[in-house]
Amino acid sequence: MTKDACKKLVIDIISDIAPDEDLSGIKPEIRLRDQLQLDSMDFLDIVMELRKRHCIEVPEADYGHLASLESCAEYLTPKFPDSAKA
Amino acid sequence: MKQTRIVITGLGLTAPNGNTLAEFRRNLLTGVSGITTVDVRYMGRHPAGMCTFDPLKYQKKKDVRIGTRVGSISIYCAREALADSGINLDSRDKSRIGIYLGITEHGNVETENEVFNISQFKYDTKFWTHHHNPRTVANNAAGEVSLNLGITGPAYTIGAACAAGNMGLIHAAQMLRLGEVDFAFCGGVSESPQTFGIFAGFKSQNALAAHADPTKASRPFDKARNGIVISEGGCIYTLERLEDAQARGAKIYGEIAGYCVNSDATDYVLPNPERQAECVRKAIANAGMTVEDIDLVNTHATSTPQGDIQECVAIAEVFKSRSTPPAINNTKSFIGHAMGAAGALELAGNLPSFDDLIVHPTINVDELDPQCDIPGLVINQPRQVKRIDAILNNSFGMLGINSTLIIKRFAS
Repeated sequence: MTKDACKKLVIDIISDIAPDEDLSGIKPEIRLRDQLQLDSMDFLDIVMELRKRHCIEVPEADYGHLASLESCAEYLTPKFPDSAKA
Repeated sequence: MKQTRIVITGLGLTAPNGNTLAEFRRNLLTGVSGITTVDVRYMGRHPAGMCTFDPLKYQKKKDVRIGTRVGSISIYCAREALADSGINLDSRDKSRIGIYLGITEHGNVETENEVFNISQFKYDTKFWTHHHNPRTVANNAAGEVSLNLGITGPAYTIGAACAAGNMGLIHAAQMLRLGEVDFAFCGGVSESPQTFGIFAGFKSQNALAAHADPTKASRPFDKARNGIVISEGGCIYTLERLEDAQARGAKIYGEIAGYCVNSDATDYVLPNPERQAECVRKAIANAGMTVEDIDLVNTHATSTPQGDIQECVAIAEVFKSRSTPPAINNTKSFIGHAMGAAGALELAGNLPSFDDLIVHPTINVDELDPQCDIPGLVINQPRQVKRIDAILNNSFGMLGINSTLIIKRFAS
């Protein structure tokens, strides 16, 4: 798993959670909440979908790591089983 | 005591055979059923009434995802009613607007979906959605309308089994008369076909309809009827005090003439014709009318072998003194049983009779059950009549709750 691939997985999840949003111009380093209509319930959905789709657990203490696409990739990429091979 | 007069000034609906009043009425007059079949979880295909409105007409995709089916039905109906009423919400005090929606049940659909969801994860509850509680609270349908319209007045549901559709209107009229609100959205809504539990429950009760042709599955008063067709739908009215409606030059569909709500107190599911007759009589008295004043009776009959007979017994008893009986019809023969929406939808299907003087028929009566053969039944073909000044609408429900609502032609 590369960071770019990880970012794509996160965007796939966001596209389902916030289907009205245009994600084509999303800036990786900017907080997601500053560029998209996302609330705390949506972030819980992101956590749930990471759990369901990728068997990744994000403890509540780590929710801050999901702030931006860049920080998501930084935090989540090592959690994918094949990251060591990437 | 002189009552404040309450009038209907708008309505929005979605039924299995129509997403506007005009479409619904046209299909009721031309014999078009809205019943199809749906795949019911664990149970295979069964007749059901499903609606085809577009939720995205008034909601964002995200709101549809987070909310419930009945929330979408309610929002669609409320928005259509608002447009029909001609009210500009921005010019109104939104804290003085009430939302009162009748429901038969709520939460079954969402709970079943989540149980199924976690069954895919070995029943590990960490996969249970955090949306479960807001989706399943009993006020969900009304709450979603308040969120969508930004209405800050009272918004709640009225649980009254299948008597609930009438109850929404009755409660709204009461709140308007008490001065609690100045404008009300009210009626009934249902998402019941999405839950297998209701199908399974009726099947275990030997009360679930089955027919090779789904459009013929709902057949009240027919000798071969064998149960209920479960449907979704909604109908929401806007109600106002007469002086408010007249001050703004509103179109008026009809006036709340009278009503009654009572209870059988005899059985969990079996109806009681004595209490039903009492409910009808009290509603007529509440309206300041006599049985001679009722021109059209829309029955609750759900196409069950026993329930239809019981209601016919009740109606025949109430109107036995009439030399010419009122016209009697049934809307479920077209749309199935829309549960919490039934009373409100069935009333809407008959309101145009004030204008066209046509009574829509009860369809699918191939052989009239002799025990349902009461004077006045309008069967298979619409009937042109000379007078429709008062419509009496019955809705009855489990645990023995009965509601009768009478709407009269508006005359200033």
